[in-house]
Amino acid sequence: MKRATSPALQIAGRTFGSRLLLGSGGFTRMEALADAIGASQTELVTVAMRRIDPAAEGSLLDVITAQGVAVLPNTAGCFTARDAVLTAQLGREALGTEWVKLEVIGDERTLLPDAPELLAAAEQLVDDGFVVLPYTSDDPVLARRLEDVGCAAVMPLGSPIGSGQGIANPANLTLIVEAAGVPVILDAGVGTASDAALAMELGCDAVLCASAISRATDPVAMAHAIRHAVIAGALARDAGRIPRRTHARASSPLAGMPEFAE
Amino acid sequence: MIFVNGKPIDAGAEPTIRDVLLGLDIDPETAGIAVAVDAEVARRGSWQTRTLADGAHVEIVRAVQGG
Repeated sequence: MKRATSPALQIAGRTFGSRLLLGSGGFTRMEALADAIGASQTELVTVAMRRIDPAAEGSLLDVITAQGVAVLPNTAGCFTARDAVLTAQLGREALGTEWVKLEVIGDERTLLPDAPELLAAAEQLVDDGFVVLPYTSDDPVLARRLEDVGCAAVMPLGSPIGSGQGIANPANLTLIVEAAGVPVILDAGVGTASDAALAMELGCDAVLCASAISRATDPVAMAHAIRHAVIAGALARDAGRIPRRTHARASSPLAGMPEFAE
Repeated sequence: MIFVNGKPIDAGAEPTIRDVLLGLDIDPETAGIAVAVDAEVARRGSWQTRTLADGAHVEIVRAVQGG
């Protein structure tokens, strides 16, 4: 039977079979990360750039590439456009990719994006030839501005990074999705599978999860669950949900009711 | 004296980036590492020839786990 499904996810001309991006942060064991990559069936895994520790054993890069997936360097921890641009350039040099998940944080307690610095960094990186995927707030105007400067996608938060609060403002997320001409990837805030499903039902093109999977009691099982939730949410969106109603609407016919003797 | 990842290091007179890496037991051929000198990326192709001035700030990074 033919199903009316959305075409595959495309970002900057690259096609992805999976609509789930995985953050590699928070896994306590490399084996768990490898297994979660497999269970999630993701094709894109984020990494951070940090000072080298010559004594450290094992290569994260080897673990990720052994799973046959691509790495997406981020600029996590940067508070200024200057630092984020330089970190992105180091990621490009180290990993040979022009893709970057751009993060410019404005506050340590909330880890919310710093809008002016984020926009400035995005503009500089686009000019420098990067494929920029910015982690942004759920502000529809900022999302539009990021698209306007040439970002390849926008990645609004559902709620603060690692908070597991889900999608705090579904109305704003809907506004972002409605207006966006580039893919919308829900980033941050997912706590469990239903949050990921809701993001897709609201029209997001993909979901990025890190803590929801890596810090779950059983990360591999949660990777399975969220993979299915993303698929289910996308299918449900394409299927077209019924409108919400104030009152009940019977699904069994009213006519033909038997009348029982007293 | 130069500064590598925040630590002062006596790397001799006019060391190259490659000298500094080798001095830290880092194989310059290692995949997935990058170097910045004084807040600018130093491309891999320059590591063998580029010398570092006294007081240079060198950052050597690699990919780690991160969301």
